Amino acid sequence: MSETVTSTQVHGGGATADQIVSVDSATNQHIQVRINRGEAGEIEGRWEEFTVPLAKGMVVLDTVLWVQAHQANDLAARWNCKAAKCGSCSAEINGKPRLMCKTRVEDFNLAEPILIQPLQTFKRIKDLVTDVSWNYRINATIKPFTPRQDREWKWFQHDADRAQEMRKCIECFLCQDVCHVLRYQTEEKPQFAGPRYFVRTAGLDFHPMDGAERLEQLADEHGLGLCNITYCCSEVCPEHIAITHNAIIPEKERVVDEFHDPVKKFIRKIQKKK
Amino acid sequence: MTTTTTSQIHEADVLIIGAGGAGLRAAIEAAAQGARVAVICKSLLGKAHTIVAEGGIAAAVGSVDPRDNWKVHFHDTMQGGKFVNNWRMAQLHAQESPEEIRNLELWGALFDRTEKGGVMQRLFGGHTYKRLVHVGDRTGLELIRTLQDKAVAERIQVFMETTITKLLKHDGKICGAAGYVRETGRFIVFKAPAVVIAAGGSGRIYSVTSNSWEGTADGQALAFRAGAELMDMEFIQFHPTGMVWPHSVRGILVTESVRGEGGHLTNSLGERFMERYDKERMELSTRDVVARAIYTEVKEGRGSPHGGAYLSIAHLPADFVKRKLPSMHEQFLAFAKVDITKEPMEVYPTTHYHMGGIRVDGDSTATNVPGLFAAGESAAGLHGANRLGGNSLSDLLVFGARAGRYAAQYALGAEHITPSAEEIALAEHEAQAPFEATGENPFALQEEMQNMMMSEVGVYRVEEKLKNALNQIRDLQERAANVRATGSVMYNPVWHTALDVKNMALIAETIAQSAHLRTESRGAHSRVDFPNYDANLQKGNMVARYDGQNVTVAFVEQPPMPQELHDLTYNKPEVAAAA
Repeated sequence: MSETVTSTQVHGGGATADQIVSVDSATNQHIQVRINRGEAGEIEGRWEEFTVPLAKGMVVLDTVLWVQAHQANDLAARWNCKAAKCGSCSAEINGKPRLMCKTRVEDFNLAEPILIQPLQTFKRIKDLVTDVSWNYRINATIKPFTPRQDREWKWFQHDADRAQEMRKCIECFLCQDVCHVLRYQTEEKPQFAGPRYFVRTAGLDFHPMDGAERLEQLADEHGLGLCNITYCCSEVCPEHIAITHNAIIPEKERVVDEFHDPVKKFIRKIQKKK
Repeated sequence: MTTTTTSQIHEADVLIIGAGGAGLRAAIEAAAQGARVAVICKSLLGKAHTIVAEGGIAAAVGSVDPRDNWKVHFHDTMQGGKFVNNWRMAQLHAQESPEEIRNLELWGALFDRTEKGGVMQRLFGGHTYKRLVHVGDRTGLELIRTLQDKAVAERIQVFMETTITKLLKHDGKICGAAGYVRETGRFIVFKAPAVVIAAGGSGRIYSVTSNSWEGTADGQALAFRAGAELMDMEFIQFHPTGMVWPHSVRGILVTESVRGEGGHLTNSLGERFMERYDKERMELSTRDVVARAIYTEVKEGRGSPHGGAYLSIAHLPADFVKRKLPSMHEQFLAFAKVDITKEPMEVYPTTHYHMGGIRVDGDSTATNVPGLFAAGESAAGLHGANRLGGNSLSDLLVFGARAGRYAAQYALGAEHITPSAEEIALAEHEAQAPFEATGENPFALQEEMQNMMMSEVGVYRVEEKLKNALNQIRDLQERAANVRATGSVMYNPVWHTALDVKNMALIAETIAQSAHLRTESRGAHSRVDFPNYDANLQKGNMVARYDGQNVTVAFVEQPPMPQELHDLTYNKPEVAAAA
């Protein structure tokens, strides 16, 4: 085992890895990005165009951060991990809800400017930043995890798989943004929790040790019935959660089978009494 | 000139600065003790850097290997930390982390399972047994979401997108904190007798880092300015495997799980070069050793086309890779157009974790400032000179819980003093200063500092470079004091960066000074001019102090270890297991 270091290992004299990489990635090209900016509450906003040096493999978030550092220091944008793991940098890029950090510039026709605007379903705070606090309020209404008392604390991978898919969610709110039930800016959202919270509820309901009942909440307070299965949410999910197929449809089936069906409800009641 | 509106004063027993794993765990525990808790969250709730943790939570639950127990975990942690860890913290951490896994499960966490229906555990570098409890390669997300859901269920108050700029004191004791709300730019004041700093690390001081924009050392700087001591600041973990290519994603973490699940490191000649650096443990040597190995291979001309080493898992079945490493598979497909089930990754060390931080009491997490506590990456001690993978998540659970408990107990017996109007006005004035300043663009200054620190205080250090760094840091500090913000106070990144760079420049000095004073190579701290261990420097730690003007660093010896822990530290794990 080598626990000591020698000077020859360090002072090699050649190019450092930093130099190798920056030389390789530089291009002489520039691209145009058009960023929709605006103050609190502005829906239309204004488009500002910036010229950004192109580096190989760069993502849309790089262009925004470059503009922020060099041309518009007060340009507001949310971001955190820059690794597609935190779901902060959601925006609409050329009209599609996407994570800015996961969208490569080279995937677009670079002869045209790239259009970057905030999520359209939520009110603007400033520039690319929107007020997503409504989502947090909905989240707080969901009945929390409630451990079952009637079984041994033991389960297997196949018991966990379904719930684990739901727990991959990074709360980027792209599904909320694209959902047609929510997609307009009004003072009050309809009584509808949105795909993110059907996913969260399903994650709890599918948990092998959870004992809470959320059907009534799903059917009434969270308006699951308003979803008419257009799959838009599933398409934009950067975590590839099959939102419609694996969360919404199974929950809709449960609501129909177990909550609304009066005959079954009656039978269940009787069975419970036995 | 823009001004904020009149400050509002919020009251709490325990104010927690930071809403990552440590902060949320502290909040849950403090609330359980009956304290009124307020949590400051620099971003939106649930976005903290904990989320990027991939591999797992190290805890000797013995679900996969029943030979494991706290003594082996303690031994591994001390060995990995090269013996300068706060041994009391290493003991408590090893003893209490299994209980924290149990807590997470009771709160709804769904870890991967073994065939027997227990929690699955995987091997990481420096751990004797398969120890890391995990969910694929997204363990940090599971941890954050579980704690977030618990905090929400407990109705804990969270102030999102709020930045604390100053801790407030009265008669030498903490009485609150001040800062601003990003959305409105409104100044905000908290009155609280106990403050827990759980604000993460400092990776953003370096140009190549796995850290999010938040890792700007502000938790450390807040405590330091308030009179708290910092310790082990020279120990910065360069994670061996960050992404290299494309340039824009440089530094993004490639989880150690790739190696833990059987990945191989090779150079341009196709050699598994770890044979030369740690024949016994190979790719699963400790992070300091693997990082130096990759650095050396590239330096000596055996690197990959973009200046890294190859890391391959393609020899294992594609299904296995996709199941065990789904987010790595996705990350490389999306960013680099590389299918890791078929092709190797290119990796190079990236600034990842600060072992150093706020000096705390091992049991209570209390600092030397009455009322001030610290936990998680902001605090120092547990990891010594090198952190083992997986020990950070267990760290923030164990010491997050302890910080919450002790801060609550302290606060419930303490006098609540309203911060003085003068102090509030001063804090507000300082926060506003960039709008009146006429200096340079803080983004440019930040970039300059990051590049300088990477080249002068990076993986390898040497006297001459460290001296140069210290000179440059003092220049950067002067310039940082006068960086300017433009625009309004509302959601303004340049204002935030103007405040960040002052913190970063202050903390950079503690790093460079401590690195300069530690004239040996130990763990993550590698001195070209002092390549060996120095037995005297094994006895303690570098402790930094700040009087508001000057940073001083001095070597402070640790109290001697009890015999039992001493034996566990230096004996082989097999022996420890039998003990």
